[in-house]
Amino acid sequence: MDGHMVVEGRAWRLGDGITTDHIISGKYKYAKMGRLEDMLPYLLEEVIPGFYKMAREGDVIVAGRGFGYGSSREHAARLLRMAGIRVVVAESIHRIFYRNAVNNGILPVISRVIPASTRTGDRIRVDARQGVIVNLDTGARDRFNPPPGLLMEVINAGGMVEYIKRRGLPW
Amino acid sequence: MAGTLTEVILERRLGRAPERGEIAIVEVDHVYLHDGTLPLALRVLEEAGIPSRPRDPGRVTVFIDHAAPAPSLAAARVHKRVREWARRNGVRLYDVGYGISHQVMVEEAIARPGMVIVGADSHTVTLGSVGALATGVGSTDAALAMVTGKTWMRVPEVLEVRLEGSLPNGTTSKDLALHLASLVGRDGAIYMSMEFTGPGLASLGVEDRMTVSNMSVEMGAKAAIFPSDEVTRAYYSGLGVEVERLEPEPGAEYDDETSIDLSSLEPMISEPPEPSRARPARELEGLEVDQVFLGSCTNGRASDYRMAARILKGRRVKTRCIAVPASRRVYNTLLREGVIQVLSNAGCTIAHGTCGPCIGAHLGLLADEEVAVSTSNRNFPGRMGSPTARIYLASPYTAAAAAATGVITDPRSLL
Ligand code: SF4
Repeated sequence: MDGHMVVEGRAWRLGDGITTDHIISGKYKYAKMGRLEDMLPYLLEEVIPGFYKMAREGDVIVAGRGFGYGSSREHAARLLRMAGIRVVVAESIHRIFYRNAVNNGILPVISRVIPASTRTGDRIRVDARQGVIVNLDTGARDRFNPPPGLLMEVINAGGMVEYIKRRGLPW
Repeated sequence: MAGTLTEVILERRLGRAPERGEIAIVEVDHVYLHDGTLPLALRVLEEAGIPSRPRDPGRVTVFIDHAAPAPSLAAARVHKRVREWARRNGVRLYDVGYGISHQVMVEEAIARPGMVIVGADSHTVTLGSVGALATGVGSTDAALAMVTGKTWMRVPEVLEVRLEGSLPNGTTSKDLALHLASLVGRDGAIYMSMEFTGPGLASLGVEDRMTVSNMSVEMGAKAAIFPSDEVTRAYYSGLGVEVERLEPEPGAEYDDETSIDLSSLEPMISEPPEPSRARPARELEGLEVDQVFLGSCTNGRASDYRMAARILKGRRVKTRCIAVPASRRVYNTLLREGVIQVLSNAGCTIAHGTCGPCIGAHLGLLADEEVAVSTSNRNFPGRMGSPTARIYLASPYTAAAAAATGVITDPRSLL
């Protein structure tokens, strides 16, 4: 995808303090080491059972404070992207997850307004050029700072692998 | 604007004063990865069509520390790939039994004051204890840092933690770390660097500082940097290495500030499910414990086992007690000093340098509803085994006191 991303998708509402262990438990990292695809059925398994089957391309995670806390395992961001997630909106996002999101083509959005008024299933529209996010069902609307320059280009490309394939190493 | 320690380090790399909040492309002095994160880094490079040869193999180190020796066939296969890749590319590998990455990075003097270091592990922040700007990244960022020698960094706001006084008997830097976690909270330092200042620094050795820096990521911090002072220089001179002094510029401006009087602290325990849920250990006295874990990159050093031995000498453990020194060097020190003998006589099970039970990969998982007191850094559900097991984080004194009595106990009553 080129140009700045505009995404419309369904919200999956999560609470505060969703760790990378909630996203993909560490035990699968060792049981299924090196076979990422095999971990997909366990994605968010204790938070939203069956998530990987229900998620669709373009869906949006909407969470509270401290999303992505914990281990540096990039499997968390990668599996979310594999399940179709393009945007993570949260009141705050831990920094390693933020980096991993960018590298995997997921747009991280910091917002208080949207998590406060969003329920699972609401339609969310995110415009990364305008820096505007809207809940189309409730009308709630917020502005956000898209990641600067290069980082947004990486997200627009669909992640670092795609970016490198098209444009070579970023620095 | 006078520079913080973070900015002093970045300014040298950039050749100009960094601006808070800017995204800078920074040259990194060292990159490290382990058996849990290297495989994905190699896969990313392969997918991108980039050879996985590091730009400078001398600036890359890999560790087999997370599930070592291999507890499963899957792990054994991963280890084999890690070894082959390291050999082919001339990268230094610390194989099974050598120790936990963060510990080895310091005790082998690979990490030094003033360096910029990225590690594919969230507890890379541990190296801030020796004055490095060190932070955890994912596999893609580590892979890129390896092949380009650079990474991007947002120049962080800085939280000053001013330390006064010194720790009372029975109270340790782990109690400081847990107290700080309850003060700052799980998300309170996100994107920020923590820097430690004040007269209380002089009383904290490098090993004590490692524990504090280690836990800063539980508050969201990007880094947790101690100055390189006489304490640091003495530590390195013990390793036969001379290092520079490194301090913030006089009048450095901090974005936020907190002050802690070390002499007012007491033994703390963090209740599950998060490290920030810390309270005085005395408030939880009497809670029955099934397993005690002494180890991890938080508290797996010689000074930690000396504390445990002070409690356990002449006593018998009433729980399962698993002691896993953070490295072979630590193990050998303890062997020489007779500490291993004390722990063994008390009934502890002692293993080689590895992450061990910290991450529930091997060496003592917890069954349903069991209670553990652990000297590690995370007490998330399922971290050490069953999701219904409960993990309480504490200092080596407090953990050893729980082993000696079978219940949570304020260790000061046993010292
Ligand atoms: S000891 Fe625990 S926290 Fe430290 S590196 Fe190993 S698994 Fe991670």
